[in-house]
Amino acid sequence: MPESAKVAVWVKVNGKEYSREVEPRLLLVEFLREELDLCGTHIGCDTTYCGACTVLFNGAAVKSCTMFAVQADGAEITTVEGLEKNGELHPIQRAFADCHGLQCGYCTPGMMLSALQLLSRVKNPDEKQIRRAIAGNTCRCTGYQNIFKAIEAAAEGLGGSHQGG
Amino acid sequence: MYPRAFHYHRASSLREAAEMLSRLGEGAKLLAGGQSLIPLMKLRFANPADLVDLNFIRGTSYIKQENGAIHIGALTRHAEIQDSAAAAKIPILHDCAAGIADVQVRNRGTIGGSLAEADPSGDWATVLMTLTTDVHCLDGKRKRSVPLRDFVKDAYTTALSHDELVSEVSIQLPPKGSGGAYIAFKRAAPVYPTASAAVQLTVEGDTCKEASIALGCVGLTPVRPSEAESALRGQRLSEKTIAAAAEGARSACDPQGDMRGSAEYKREVVGALVKRAIEAAVRRARGEQVEVSHLYA
Repeated sequence: MPESAKVAVWVKVNGKEYSREVEPRLLLVEFLREELDLCGTHIGCDTTYCGACTVLFNGAAVKSCTMFAVQADGAEITTVEGLEKNGELHPIQRAFADCHGLQCGYCTPGMMLSALQLLSRVKNPDEKQIRRAIAGNTCRCTGYQNIFKAIEAAAEGLGGSHQGG
Repeated sequence: MYPRAFHYHRASSLREAAEMLSRLGEGAKLLAGGQSLIPLMKLRFANPADLVDLNFIRGTSYIKQENGAIHIGALTRHAEIQDSAAAAKIPILHDCAAGIADVQVRNRGTIGGSLAEADPSGDWATVLMTLTTDVHCLDGKRKRSVPLRDFVKDAYTTALSHDELVSEVSIQLPPKGSGGAYIAFKRAAPVYPTASAAVQLTVEGDTCKEASIALGCVGLTPVRPSEAESALRGQRLSEKTIAAAAEGARSACDPQGDMRGSAEYKREVVGALVKRAIEAAVRRARGEQVEVSHLYA
């Protein structure tokens, strides 16, 4: 096994800047959870399937188990911890709570960030657009119906004026 | 899950990346979108000693039309192609880009990476086989252009030498009266298809002038069913000729039984997909707007 030199990484996560030296093989999700103590991003399948680790990477939803932290150098990242502002839930969080869009909650952070990419690009998505937007997020409890309702409600709550997080 | 430790190198140009491959030797690999390579590394099926990251190179992600061809930079993400004017002009490109895995994977995965990996279940090689596609490659010293049919050699094997990489993919614009469609059968969005069919036809009135068909996931490389193509070429389009083409596709494919289904089952799926793809391609060739989406089990 080669001795790999650590690499400097600068990232802005939820508006806050961080600089760290990391091993190249450190995955972005582990970096967020272990180095930055942001444990809201979950690890599910760890094989690019379930989407529990979804975060926004420069505004685009990505599976953070399938990127190395070194690739995020210079990037802006949004995790579930960045949704709430000044003690106020984000309209997507509020809608998931109001519509019972979760049961165990494990998939919820990833689900909400996929919803955030959708709603920052499409103001009034139809059901098909919502289904496509969360096709990469697996939920084993809800049967998805209340998740669709939550995302529809969030779109209405954002009133089409929201510019994305 | 952690991959084995590796040395990380950030290339600032494609030429520099090729030079790094040459200097670092056989243990070095390129990192493009990483949506196949990183899972393989985590599962320790791939254990590169050195990884050359292409993602920080400027000017490698673009889609432009020039001299009757669409030129796509190697690092262009599937999501960018999905939303492009080129995909609006060549609908089979949209079928392909919009149907790969899910939003998150499409935001990272690249067309160059997909072709260079040559996974028998990959979508791009199958679709681009039905169009006139060239893969532009470069190493530290020279550039060359390889027709896609010569680029894909075998499962996970391409014409690239160790220190060579893909810089661009160019696709000739199909002639007037040409239409195509790509349909895959999948168990869920994030997984590879069970089988897929790409069809590009040139139609004049009721006659099929030209037919190009490729089948995915049912051979070590995309399968070109020549009997299916000749069942359509120069023929009047009818239920009978379409059924003959589907039969040609069924007999040409060479599927392996696995967790996605038996060989016999996949052969049946291929026949059904080819039929549907032909029907959509004919309507598009006649100028209709037809929305095509993958089929889910």
